[in-house]
Amino acid sequence: MTDIGPGSFPPDDEDGPGRDDEDGPGRDDEDGLGRDENSFSLGADGDDLDDLESAEDYDDEIAATFHPIPGGASCRFAPAQAGVIRSLVGQVAELVRSDTGIDPAQPRAAAEPDLSSSAPDELEQMLGLSGNAELPDDPVLARLLPDAYSDDPDASAEFRRYTEETLRAGKISSAQAVLASLPAGGGDVVLSEPECQHWLKALNDVRLALGVRLGITDESQELSDSVSADDPRSAYVWVYQWLAYLQESLIEALP
Amino acid sequence: MSYVTYVFQKVFGYPKAKAHKLMLDVHHKGKAVVSSGAREAMERDAETLHGYGLWATVSHDS
Repeated sequence: MTDIGPGSFPPDDEDGPGRDDEDGPGRDDEDGLGRDENSFSLGADGDDLDDLESAEDYDDEIAATFHPIPGGASCRFAPAQAGVIRSLVGQVAELVRSDTGIDPAQPRAAAEPDLSSSAPDELEQMLGLSGNAELPDDPVLARLLPDAYSDDPDASAEFRRYTEETLRAGKISSAQAVLASLPAGGGDVVLSEPECQHWLKALNDVRLALGVRLGITDESQELSDSVSADDPRSAYVWVYQWLAYLQESLIEALP
Repeated sequence: MSYVTYVFQKVFGYPKAKAHKLMLDVHHKGKAVVSSGAREAMERDAETLHGYGLWATVSHDS
């Protein structure tokens, strides 16, 4: 049977699932801003964040909301909104790509497999076998690429060996779909249904990553309690909530 | 959270009411059994759900 357990998704403000604390190994540490230069560190452009908040505060018309259109959904983004989304989606993709052979600029499906070589590692790559059996150390990666067996390390390792690379490639391709459809300067974004699926997944991955970095694990806890106002991460609490709203509007827009 | 409800509908083809109830079970009880069957099928479901960012686990009990 397949269980959906604690930490399956980020909590939100209304009827979201409550997380008590069981976020699994390695996810309890206080993971500070910029702990690791190479990992996702909440580093959107500060000016974009300021613009984002002022735009939302003072101009209701500019609040990004997805609307249904035939065959998909559309949304108008202000430049600051596009900047923040592109930055965060790009960082998550980079983190997911880290220590893999996947080129983020090159959709994996487009790569011609080189059949002239029978090197074992290339065959493994073709078959989607990453060979990696360990839960990632980084708490964000550990959440994005979780163990599949809570009580069976051997089965988890085996599952990971066969699925992790495909999972990483899927997350990267969703991120690429967002970056390809969202102009850096904002504007109208028109998405097909498959693109909407990529957006949902990529936005959710960003929310999961932000949730881990912000220490948001319990829905009953006020978001403002988990990050104090003078914490440099506090602006991201607002982004986290805004992305929840945006994701919700995309779901509502889908048939 | 409607994303989770949406994913249950999308992945398993559950009606919205059933998907919503499963989401609430996770919310209130900490977890919910969302799919049952042979190990290979359950691993495929878990892999699909991981793709959506849901933390699915496979367990051996019935």
